[in-house]
Formats: sequence, structure tokens, C-alpha cells
Amino acid sequence: MADHIKTAKPKAAASGALNRRSVLKSGAAAVAASAFPAPMLWAQNIKDIKIVHVGQSYSTIPNIAEKANEDLDFTVEMQTAPDLTSQINRLLTQPKSIDVTDVSNTSMKYFTNRGILMPLNVKDYKWWDKTVPLFTKGTYENGEPYSMQGFAPIKAQYYTDETASAYSLEPTEWLVGVPLYYNADTLGIRPDLIGRPIESWAELLNSEFSGKVALQDGVNVGVPDAAMALEAMGDMTYVDKGNMTRAEIDATIDKLIEYKRAGHFRSFWTNFDQSVQLMASGEVLLQSMWSPAVTEVRTRGVECTYNGMKEGYRGWYIMMMAVSHLEGLQRECAIEYMNWFNSGWAGAFISRQGFYNSVPENVKGEMTENEYGYWYEGKKSTSDILNPFGKVMEKAGVIRDGGGLWDRMGNIGIWNTLMDEDRYLVRRWQDFLAA
Amino acid sequence: MKISPRAASWLQVAPMATVFVTMVLVPLCIIFAVSFLDYDFARVFPEIYLASWSDALGSRLTLDLYLTVGRFLIITWVITAFVGFWLAYFLVFHVRSSAIRLTLLAAAAIPFWTPGPIRMVSWVPLLGREGLVNKALMSLGVIDTPLTWLLYSDFAVVLAYINLLTLAMLGPITHSMAKIPRSLIQAAQDQGASEWQIIREIIVPLAKPGIAIGTIFIVTAVLGDFFIVKIMSGGQTNTPANAIATELAAFQYPPAAAKSVMLLVIVVALVALLLRFVDIRKELRD
Repeated sequence: MADHIKTAKPKAAASGALNRRSVLKSGAAAVAASAFPAPMLWAQNIKDIKIVHVGQSYSTIPNIAEKANEDLDFTVEMQTAPDLTSQINRLLTQPKSIDVTDVSNTSMKYFTNRGILMPLNVKDYKWWDKTVPLFTKGTYENGEPYSMQGFAPIKAQYYTDETASAYSLEPTEWLVGVPLYYNADTLGIRPDLIGRPIESWAELLNSEFSGKVALQDGVNVGVPDAAMALEAMGDMTYVDKGNMTRAEIDATIDKLIEYKRAGHFRSFWTNFDQSVQLMASGEVLLQSMWSPAVTEVRTRGVECTYNGMKEGYRGWYIMMMAVSHLEGLQRECAIEYMNWFNSGWAGAFISRQGFYNSVPENVKGEMTENEYGYWYEGKKSTSDILNPFGKVMEKAGVIRDGGGLWDRMGNIGIWNTLMDEDRYLVRRWQDFLAA
Repeated sequence: MKISPRAASWLQVAPMATVFVTMVLVPLCIIFAVSFLDYDFARVFPEIYLASWSDALGSRLTLDLYLTVGRFLIITWVITAFVGFWLAYFLVFHVRSSAIRLTLLAAAAIPFWTPGPIRMVSWVPLLGREGLVNKALMSLGVIDTPLTWLLYSDFAVVLAYINLLTLAMLGPITHSMAKIPRSLIQAAQDQGASEWQIIREIIVPLAKPGIAIGTIFIVTAVLGDFFIVKIMSGGQTNTPANAIATELAAFQYPPAAAKSVMLLVIVVALVALLLRFVDIRKELRD
């Protein structure tokens, strides 16, 4: 209970942030975060503030930390957790050692009602009006609602109120976090070894590729992928394949065990490097992948395509949140940092890896027309496309697989998930791994 | 000031006892207690829930997990013991220069010169579908299509274990053999014993402590491993340690705790059994 009460922040701190925020706004604030005029007293103390951002290697990137420390008046220290398990464990057991963190929204069930994460008032976040409607409204850009199968972003984007005790599907003024990255994942394909178009998830379980496909090793991604395939083949029907019933879990795992016993899967992969190696070495012709992993395969001179399937993409989403122990100036700096993260520069940095940022308008100013056209608008590159570290990702005259932002994010068949029956699913997944 | 011998002994064991109690026994008791509790989404509730134990003790899964790891253990043990014994025999009794003996022993540690993750990754270019072994066999005309069981298979797991653990067998056996007095061998030779008789009647019995200690290393390494089996089987083989890792990654502590306690009991029982064949104190004293 004590933990629970902690989430209700002192009113003084909240209104203090509001005042400062409105001061900032009046200061013609469209410039970079560093240019904001700060009150004198604030400016003196702020130098001593340190914000500890704990994330994983994809978010706590030294270049971004360097730029943040350049732009902001306080210190930002990034710490990289080796994997999701250690990051979540640290948040659950030592939340005070962390000020800001970023996790996928599918991890939110571990934090529900535990008073660890700080609800963010929408007024404290500058870019909410410019954020893509995937997060603000639960729709695509054209206003159409998206698939709610799996852990759709809107399922954990708003709290019903300041107590952060329940999520709201309708917009409220309390945000669960600030959306950072999202993407539409699909099958990575070796066109040179397959030689025909791959357009359905059903191909993942096609006997033609027996012994030459891989599955992501986990219930949050691997199972939804397999469910997409089983449903596309007509072998299974689901009410919600992103949140299966026990009967659906049993049927799915039993089918997968049959495939595994028949030697259908070459391997399962748990991390980025493994997925790249499987694909680049020719062990696997077809597997679910992340966009940067596909790019990595290509930069090794191996053909790899990443087009959408007719059943849609598998979407995912990572958000950033502050931890609820923060108070006073420290809390304001954490909020400032989250605002900075989506103010454009960091968003452009991660976009060059093939992810999307939630405020494309801000990113646009930090990318060249060629870059933005390639990564976001589905336009043909006019010159070399470089990754954030200056390595050539694509030559001129290439269109991103799947097209522009809304060609890809506008067609989501399922979201990464953490099912209500997670306990049962993990138990059956063990049977699958042991089979 | 004079301390009684009794008090002195207590004082001497106190530091180690403190560490053992606070870092081993207390956490173990907590793990044991947690295994009886209910859980959900990274939470453990203070309510008794026995299903973690009934599943750990009575499910088909447990049987499969232990059969798998038992198979790995037996194959690995047989091969490492065989290879380790003969390598040790060669090093101790046939290599005359001690410098060469040391160099060869050090060479057995070559697999440890590179860090584990890198070593694991480098199996792919060797054993993969387009790896060196397949390419060599195909160019020799031995096979037409690449062998797929070389990698992401039980074969690959056992191969990696043998690659890493032969040294764990070789070391203790070499140590035991090196302690065998040469005069004993000479006496046997003078009595007309053949090399084979010497091995059977003298060397094997006297090398037993080394074999037992090596076996303890192998048992604990194989039963406790989840990394090698995960990488080499491509995640497609589940062992008790992997099942625990999967549950920990899903933040499901009680079933992981039950499985851990069970694995611990089995490992301790096996080690206790093996210690009946070897007097560790004597080994350390000599």
C-alpha cells in the first residue's frame, strides 16, 4: 500500500512543473531544448543534478548521451542493462537507482499497481499534440482503429487517473510514458535462395522450407509470429491471437511441437547477432527479424528482403518513463530529459537504424531530405543512406522495403504481446522447447 | 591472553561460516520458501501454492529435461574420461621432458583462450550448412548435400562439452598419475608385468581419485550449464538449467525456485556419491 501512495505526487511539484513549462512555452520554444531560458535559481542548482537513464543497448547509446549532456544543463548518465530480465529486475527491486528508463509496453504488466513508474501529466510533455495517433488515439494516421490483437500501444498508454492504478483506452491527462521507438516487423527473406515472392506468414511453416526457418525464442514474439503463420495457413482460428485462451495455447503449442519434431526449425534466436548470423550464413532462409538486423545482413553483401505480408506486420513499441521516487528539481530534469529525447536529434539518430520515432515532425528537421524521404516517406534514396555511425546502409535509388511509415505501420496484424495467460503459456512453451 | 583450543577453532571457522550462512544457507532457505508461493507477472504472493512442486516432481516435462541432460552427461563423461585418461597416461608416462609435458598440458587449455560467446559464435562457420566441415566433405565427394546435424543438434552440444570439459578430466587424472611412484612401475616391470597389466593393476586404481574429481567437474558443469546447450542446440533443447532460465526470464520465480532446489539436491547427491570414491582431504594433503 505504501508503494501505491507514492505514485500520487505532491501537488506542489506538479504545479511547479506547469509554471515552468508555460514560461518555456512563452519563450518561443520551437528551438532545441538547450536554448530554453531558465530561471536563475533553477540554473544554479541544476548543474548538480544527475539523471540516470537505464535502458538496453538500443536506447542507451553513448552518442545520444553525449549530445544530451551538450544540450541540457544537467548531467545525463546512461547505464546499459545487459538484457530485459536484468533491467526489469533492477526496476522492480532497486527503483531508486534509476531516474528514467525505457521498456517495451509489453512489460507494463510487471509494473501495474506497484508504484514504481511515475505517471506523466500530458501538460508536462511538449510533443503530445505532434505524436503519431498510434499512441495518442489508438488509430492509424487516417483515423482508422488498428488491430487490438496483442499488446496494442493504446492498451497501456493512458492511466485512468493520477494514482496510476488502471489503464484507460480513452485519452486522459495521465500518460504511462513517452513513446520512443516503434516499428513494424515482418519476415526477413533470402530472395537469392528462395527465388519466388514471399507474401504470407503461412510460408514460415511451409514444408518447402523445412529445416531452413528460425523462430524467435520467446513467448512475446515467437508465439505471435507462429500464430500469424498458423492462422494464415488456416490451421488455427483465434479470437485474439495476441491474448490466447488456454485452449488456444494448447492447440498452438501442440501444432508447433509437431513441426519441431519434424525438424522444421533450424534454430531459435534470442538476440540481434544470432538472427543476423543465421540469415547471413545461409542456415536460415526465412525468419522473423528486426529491421536493423536485415540491414546488417545486407551490409555484409548478402541479399535480404523485408517486405510486408498480406496478413500485416507485427508491431511493437518502446516507451520511456520516469521512476516515481523523483522529486522537485530532479523530477523536473527527468521530464526535461524525456522531452529532449523526442525533440528531434535522438529520434533522427535511432531512425537511421531503421526504427521510427513517435514525433516524425521533430525528426524531419534533423535529417536530410534524402534520409527522411527514405526512412519515413517511402521515397527512393537520392544518394547514399548512412547509418548513425556513418556506414553506408543503402546506395542511391533504393526504396525502403515495405515503403513509407504508414505503408508499414498502417498495416499491423498483431502486436508484440504479454498474454494474460502468460504463466500457462510459458509452461507450455517449456514443453515445446523440450520436445 | 589465553584462548582455549575450542574457542580458537570456533574463531577460525567463524569467517567462512558467516559467509556460508549469510551467502549460501539463508538465500537457499528463501528460495525454498518462495517455491511454495503463488505468483503472477513478476509478483510473488504470500499464499501457499503447491503446483510448482507437483509440476517439478511429477510432470512429463521434468522427466524429459532430466533424460536429456542425463544423456548429455553420460556421453560427455564417457568420452572425456576416455580421452582424458589416455592423454594423461601419455603425458605422465611417455613424455620424458617435463617442459614438453607442461607445454602439452597448456595446449589442452587452448579452447579457453577465447571468451565463451566468441567461441560459441565461431562454431557456425565450422559446422554450419555452408561451414568448413561440410565444404570439405562435399569437395571430397563424401556427401552430396550438407549435413545439418553437425550444428543445432545434440551432436553439437556434446561436441562443445567435450571441447571444453576434457581439460577438467585431464587435469585431475594427470595429477593423480604424477603421484604414482616410478619405483612401483619399475617393480612391476621387473616382475614381468606387461604395459597393459601395469595400467590395469596399478595405474587405473591409483588414478581413481583423479577420475572421481574430474567426474565431479563434469557432473556439475553439464548439469549447471544452460549457455552452451542453448547456443549449440539453437535453443531447441531444453534441460533443467534451461527451464529455470526460461522461467527466470519470464519472472516466474516459484517454479524456477522449485526446479532449482530439485537440481541442487540432485547435484549434491551425485557429488556426495562420487566423494565416496575419493578422499578429498587426502588429495589436498599429498
